[in-house]
Amino acid sequence: MTTMSHIAHPTLEVDGLTKQFGGLFAVDDVTFQVSQNTVHGLIGPNGAGKTTVFNMISGVLPATAGSIRLLEEPLDEMPTWERTKRGVARTFQNIRMFGDMRVIENVITGMHSRLKSDIGSILVRQGKFKKEEKEAEEKAREHLAFVGLEQAADRRAGDLSYGDQRRLEIARALASQPKILLLDEPAAGMNPAETHALIPLLQRLRDERGLTLLVVEHDMHLVMSLCDRITVINFGKRIAEGTPAEVREHPAVIEAYLGHKADDKKTTDPTNRVTS
Amino acid sequence: MLDSLSDLYWTYQNIIHGIAVNGILGLSVYVVLSIGQLALGQAAFMGIGAYFGAIATTKLGLPFPVALLASVLAPAAVAFAIGAPTLRLTGVYLAISMLGLGEISRLLFLNWEYAGGALGLSGIPERGGVYLLYGTLIVLIIAFFFVGRSRIGRAMEAMREDETAAGVMGVNVPRYKLATLVVSAMLAGVAGCLSAHLSSFIGPNEYGFEMATTILSFALLGGIGTPLGPVVGAAILTLLPEVLRFLADYRLMINGAIIVIAVLFMPRGLLSWRMKRTV
Repeated sequence: MTTMSHIAHPTLEVDGLTKQFGGLFAVDDVTFQVSQNTVHGLIGPNGAGKTTVFNMISGVLPATAGSIRLLEEPLDEMPTWERTKRGVARTFQNIRMFGDMRVIENVITGMHSRLKSDIGSILVRQGKFKKEEKEAEEKAREHLAFVGLEQAADRRAGDLSYGDQRRLEIARALASQPKILLLDEPAAGMNPAETHALIPLLQRLRDERGLTLLVVEHDMHLVMSLCDRITVINFGKRIAEGTPAEVREHPAVIEAYLGHKADDKKTTDPTNRVTS
Repeated sequence: MLDSLSDLYWTYQNIIHGIAVNGILGLSVYVVLSIGQLALGQAAFMGIGAYFGAIATTKLGLPFPVALLASVLAPAAVAFAIGAPTLRLTGVYLAISMLGLGEISRLLFLNWEYAGGALGLSGIPERGGVYLLYGTLIVLIIAFFFVGRSRIGRAMEAMREDETAAGVMGVNVPRYKLATLVVSAMLAGVAGCLSAHLSSFIGPNEYGFEMATTILSFALLGGIGTPLGPVVGAAILTLLPEVLRFLADYRLMINGAIIVIAVLFMPRGLLSWRMKRTV
């Protein structure tokens, strides 16, 4: 379908990425590329190593082997905050909100790498410091409006509903002006209505903001309707890659999710949605 | 009226000085606690500041401002040096390493003949005074509020809530840890120098474990929602032994009881509100 996505050079290149915990290969020689301005899905059964891939891309965990490049620049030796500056932003599977902060403060904290005021200008409350803070607050309100949380700006972040916290995490990640946004199960814990509303929001990130998204998600409806391309991993290894249509027909994917074909009768298994 | 104020000052000057000195120490512990590290190194840094400041004036005859500068730079240098190896530690492990620093510095002072050894340093000239003390405290409080309501304050609170998430927001976590440790050491050093020049005597055992926990209890009682919390906590814990003079021998017990009560019933301290982090 998206032949256009291969014209531009890839935003993210993951090459031979490996993470070894003792004798266990949590991620084993995974290679994929995320094309600019696309939504790329990273799926696989529980424990396949998806979050570990995210942790290595964002620098939360060091990789055992392999390389990660953002817009052709290697990220491998960089600490987390340096990668943020270069344009990697992410959300977390188990929401990591700054719960005591107000909603808007969470978003402004996401701008940390973009704000320039040093301690001197802060202590004398220089005009340029106040101007920067004011602009940051306006910008933060725009991000909140984008995800539909402008009304909640002054509430305590920890008091938001689960679905709202997920959207706040997206707003906070947007605040760092990323080139690629890694979303780790953005629909987890959301009710069907919230999940339904999430799909157009993520599409707008791609279409209106020109962002590139890498999404880990278990909700197959969301994955199949949103992603331009999908990489499937199982037991740390890449087992398939392609368009949603290709992946859903791929024998290795069907086997990873459903087991052998003889198991067809287990139709109540929710992962069946991959074939629906 | 002025006479009675003056009488009041002369009668209670130890307490009046103590409140300001302990207030600065409260801010010192606040810096480290506000990024979520368990802070127990303040007493050691205070001792280093006190010794370097007192040696500068008493032994070397240097002017007081130079002594103050020494009392800021010496603990800052120590904090910088021990920062690199200890920054990887968090929680109780960091606390234990800081207690180790306290014990090492106590033993060094104890065996440092030039600085009086076990007898300590006496005859320290009286310098500074009440205006300098409270001026320093007020300037520091204002500075803390300014910094707190900026990207630096937000980054620090983010670290306290979730270090991993703070790193993902772009906060250079190790740099913030080192910087807060150094700033905290500087403040404790100033407090040590100011108090040394008001009490005319310092000894090696004044800056040990007891002092470390006392300083920590300032923040536990007052809370760390705003910089005022530890200052108020310090004022109360400085006044308390005077108010309850008949219990003075049980001061440590009271401090301990207050920590337990504060942790159980007021986990956010007396001043539980949180400062806004926007201008």
